[in-house]
Amino acid sequence: MTELAANDPLPKPKRDIAPILLPVALALLMIPLIGSTSSWLTLTAASLAMGMMIFIMASGLTLVFGLMDVLNFGHGAFIAVGAYVATLVLAPFAASIQADSLWINLAVLAPAALLSMAVSGALGLVVERVLILPVYGQHLKQILMTTGGLIVAEQTLYALWGPQIIPMPLPTSLRGSFIFGDVAIAKYRVLATLIGLAIFIAIQLVLNRSKLGLLIRAGVENREMVEALGYRIRRLFLGVFMTGSALAGLGGVMWALYREQVHASMSDDLTVLIFIVVIIGGLGSIGGCFIGAILVAMVANYGGFLVPKLALVSNILLMVAILMWRPRGLYAVTSR
Amino acid sequence: MTDLLKLSGVHTHIGRYHILQGIDLAVPQGQVTMLLGRNGAGKTTTLRTIMGLWQASSGEISLSGDRIESRATPDIARLGVGYVPESMAVFSDLTVKENLVLAARDGPLDDTQLDWIFGFFPALRRFWLSRAGSLSGGQKQMLSIARAIIEPRKLLLIDEPTKGLAPAIVMALIECMREIKRKGATILLVEQNFFAARELGDNVLVMDNGTIVHRGEMAALAADVPLQERLLGLSLEAHQ
Repeated sequence: MTELAANDPLPKPKRDIAPILLPVALALLMIPLIGSTSSWLTLTAASLAMGMMIFIMASGLTLVFGLMDVLNFGHGAFIAVGAYVATLVLAPFAASIQADSLWINLAVLAPAALLSMAVSGALGLVVERVLILPVYGQHLKQILMTTGGLIVAEQTLYALWGPQIIPMPLPTSLRGSFIFGDVAIAKYRVLATLIGLAIFIAIQLVLNRSKLGLLIRAGVENREMVEALGYRIRRLFLGVFMTGSALAGLGGVMWALYREQVHASMSDDLTVLIFIVVIIGGLGSIGGCFIGAILVAMVANYGGFLVPKLALVSNILLMVAILMWRPRGLYAVTSR
Repeated sequence: MTDLLKLSGVHTHIGRYHILQGIDLAVPQGQVTMLLGRNGAGKTTTLRTIMGLWQASSGEISLSGDRIESRATPDIARLGVGYVPESMAVFSDLTVKENLVLAARDGPLDDTQLDWIFGFFPALRRFWLSRAGSLSGGQKQMLSIARAIIEPRKLLLIDEPTKGLAPAIVMALIECMREIKRKGATILLVEQNFFAARELGDNVLVMDNGTIVHRGEMAALAADVPLQERLLGLSLEAHQ
């Protein structure tokens, strides 16, 4: 066995930037294929916005996977519940949403988003205690329980709101686009990108600059050892689960505004995308999840523009390619 | 000498395997008790059962007279039990500093304690801000032990700390544990390296097939070559 003596200099740890360069390279590669610079810019902005929304929804799931080793197939329920809860606030204040003032729009949107997060987070508490606590460490039962939970949640939404699609119009001040020459970038996409970036930075700060973050990062890597140091990781699990659920609720509101509609099964397609993002990012890796979300959105947007017939399978192909390159995802955090 | 830790009739099942088959042992306060035995004898399972990482199916475990066999791992750790697993289990994504900050559960890092640790393991000072995953095996083991002693502990459970390490690092670890012992710590130490066991141990327990098959003073076992051969399948001379 080759062994470094205690005082030998260490090889410098390499900074792994290849995954970071991947979306940049993909975007640059698309310029000649798309041909038109304005179309490329519009598609890239759309990809960033879509990627940020997927990241918001997926970030909680990746931490839940990594930290708790829980396969939560019901994550989509938090997305749909978040969107429906927002309609409870937005519907009575339709006039404020249609007002021309950005501040009046935000005065309604912000409480709606906060309430959605609170309700989704509280639902997360119930789901963790009732559905997941009895099946920790049992993957098959987790899949059955959380899938069952998703079905119950969807059917409850149908029962309460009916099967029809509920419109959720964008606030007036977020309609339209910013025009730069012949490039149009939708205002809402800019807002979604900024919110996604802010959440990514906030999560990174918590994970890297606080003891709570240290505990989460350590717990993702080795739960048992964190417990052996005297930390009650179950409480941390619950906190992370609730935060992840709340973020999914926020993502649900943002996605509903993006599509301008809400329906009970709105999370079905999203769940597939979210799982792809979590897998290709590396279970438990927030950085990987962030890059993975952007990649998935880029492939969907560029692929849909260039080869529409490929759109249905493009993300699966992306996942296959990434996992062939890095079988444990872009940034492997856990040994799972 | 009072016993800090006592196990009486402890059985542990892992899945359908019956690993510990009625363990009775005592670890006297302020002494180093070596737990020896062949691979698969149940040594690691014994430490993990004490730590609550695997639940005892039956039997009693008491620490300072308090029953702990039904307590959760964090609660056992909070009673003052430090654990160094066989796999070292350093948090490789965290820096050396961050690993120790987490281990110092009750407050900020104590500079005096840190200096004491750095005296044994100077590499930890040099690589203070390096990711633990980039350390060598020996340095990871140093970090793992440093994590267990960064705060005063009543009892240290240490699982094969010298496994796979270069002789120079083994000597540094032995010196460190000797110093920890001098400070009055109580240690239950699993070890395959008989030289290290002889250097450190006051008492010895030998396990086979999930039971304790010998208990006594380490010096007596070290002096009795036929007994070593019978219990461990080795002679001390073969390891010198």
